[in-house]
Amino acid sequence: MPVNSILGVFAKSPIKPLQEHIDKVHDCASILIPFFEATIAGDWDKAVQLRKQISYTEREADSLKREIRLTLPGGLFMPVERTDLLELLTQQDKIANKAKDISGRIIGRQLLVPEAIQAPFTAYLQRCLDAVSQAKQAINELDDLLETGFRGREVDLVAKMIAELDKIEEDTDDLQIKIRRQLFAIENDMNPIDVMFLYKIIEWVGDLADLAERVGSRLELMLARV
Amino acid sequence: MVDVLVTNGPMLIAIAAAFGFLMAWGIGANDVANAMGTSVGSNAITIKQAIIIAMIFEFAGAYLAGGEVTSTIRKGIIDSAYFVDSPELLVYGMISALLAAGIWLIAASALGWPVSTTHSIIGAIVGFAAVGVGTDAVEWGKVAGIVGSWVVTPAISGFIAFMIFQSVQKLIFDTEDPLENAKRYVPFYMALAGFVMSLVTIKKGLKHIGLHFSSGEAYAMAFGVAVLVGIAGMMAIKRLKMSKSADRQTQFGNVEKVFAILMVVTACCMAFAHGSNDVANAIGPLAAVVSVVNSGGDIAGKSSLVWWILPLGAVGIVMGLAIFGKRVMQTIGKNITHLTPSRGFAAELAAASTVVIASGTGLPISTTQTLVGAVLGVGMARGIAAINIGVVRNIVVSWVITLPAGAALSIMFFFTIKGIFS
Repeated sequence: MPVNSILGVFAKSPIKPLQEHIDKVHDCASILIPFFEATIAGDWDKAVQLRKQISYTEREADSLKREIRLTLPGGLFMPVERTDLLELLTQQDKIANKAKDISGRIIGRQLLVPEAIQAPFTAYLQRCLDAVSQAKQAINELDDLLETGFRGREVDLVAKMIAELDKIEEDTDDLQIKIRRQLFAIENDMNPIDVMFLYKIIEWVGDLADLAERVGSRLELMLARV
Repeated sequence: MVDVLVTNGPMLIAIAAAFGFLMAWGIGANDVANAMGTSVGSNAITIKQAIIIAMIFEFAGAYLAGGEVTSTIRKGIIDSAYFVDSPELLVYGMISALLAAGIWLIAASALGWPVSTTHSIIGAIVGFAAVGVGTDAVEWGKVAGIVGSWVVTPAISGFIAFMIFQSVQKLIFDTEDPLENAKRYVPFYMALAGFVMSLVTIKKGLKHIGLHFSSGEAYAMAFGVAVLVGIAGMMAIKRLKMSKSADRQTQFGNVEKVFAILMVVTACCMAFAHGSNDVANAIGPLAAVVSVVNSGGDIAGKSSLVWWILPLGAVGIVMGLAIFGKRVMQTIGKNITHLTPSRGFAAELAAASTVVIASGTGLPISTTQTLVGAVLGVGMARGIAAINIGVVRNIVVSWVITLPAGAALSIMFFFTIKGIFS
């Protein structure tokens, strides 16, 4: 006997998979910390291993993304705009892609962060990942937002979280300026091509925070439209 | 011609009873899954609990409040004056209507269409009456009313669901301390559910077992029941174990726990409402057959329901539910996602109230429709994560198809049965 179709009225909620996706993305980006630790320690075997792990997690996030896109049929009545949801998903996914790019470039060139800037670089990376984890928390509030019908107190709470996310992103901008200056100070003693790529890596790490912020502002747009 | 009824009387009654039982069985196996689906889907109750609740309250609903709708189906849809000269036609027709509706139900279920049991039986009755007797025999005004109910019923239950969910948000979720407010207000929702249910039972249902009360007494008693339900709910909530780490996340989890208790109450309501409304589909035509045969062809008389008919329908529903309902419900638990007790509650209470009220007024509405309306209402209040509009459209289409399909089948069976007996 087939399932009584009236129950098919309740479509599979897109919110849970969206949260799973950002969790996966966050996992993926978080591997960057042990990854850079391994390169700094000179353990390239382990770094390659971790790079594989990043790439694997990124692919998992990708397939989650694809699944959400495919299983979000046109005729769904959702509490949020369908386009907003898909856009949010795209932004989330870019974080994982960026993490993969960073690790790939480092491995590809056996690029070592010079000793002089290792400590500030790690702090900078950590702060950027803070932004990602803040974005993850905000997305995880979607559940509760749904409960309150995207109104009132819960919206304020999420708005506050997004403001906090913005602040973290500003922090990372400051850190980025500082670390560039430090790299500039020592760049004459280094292989110029490595320096070029180091600037790129610094920029990309900053992009992690930028993308996280963009996830937040997408979420904000969703709230504004309700 | 009336000799036919005298000679074949017991056999006709037996056939009608068998088909009526078949239909009741189908209703139980399939429709009850709709009624209980939201409770099971939101994990408020287990499948086993759902079956037990449904058994008790379906039976109670069928027995206590089911008689009202029965008379509408029996008398309202067709003009019995046309059958006075040939009462056997009414008997054949009702039997074929039961068979047609039963078969349509089974076929539609096999295809996965959510048809309305109410409308399949009405379509069947209209079908044999229009073709077998004459289009004048059908009270087209009443049929138009039923077509109108495709819009009106979901609208009413959607509106009620919307209001309930909005009030839940205002009073509980969107406050400083959702958990405290849930503990404070949920018993009132329970009382409300108890009030609606008991009021209709007392006002409409109890007269079938020979008890009569005035309006005042009825309201007072319903109020009493409501208070009792509220108090019982309060005690049940007190016994709940809450996880004390009071960040917002787990607090909403705790709030949902409170609502899960409420879901049990609404599940009872829903089963009761379903029983009171839908048992009539199976037994209405059966009752007509029995009363015509027993009176030897006299249709006009205001006969009372024979005692064994209501229990037969109720037992049929319960049996169908117990034997086949489990499978349907099992699938439900997995297929619905993100339906929390608070949302399921709003949808179910609204649907149950609508059915119970409609049952009280004698309008044969479909439980399927009320639930669809209620779900949409909660969705409008932005409570359910996603609603599949495609499915809603299919459901509406199936509502429209059901009437002609039931009619076509019953016309076929009508001429077959007529050929056999005369």
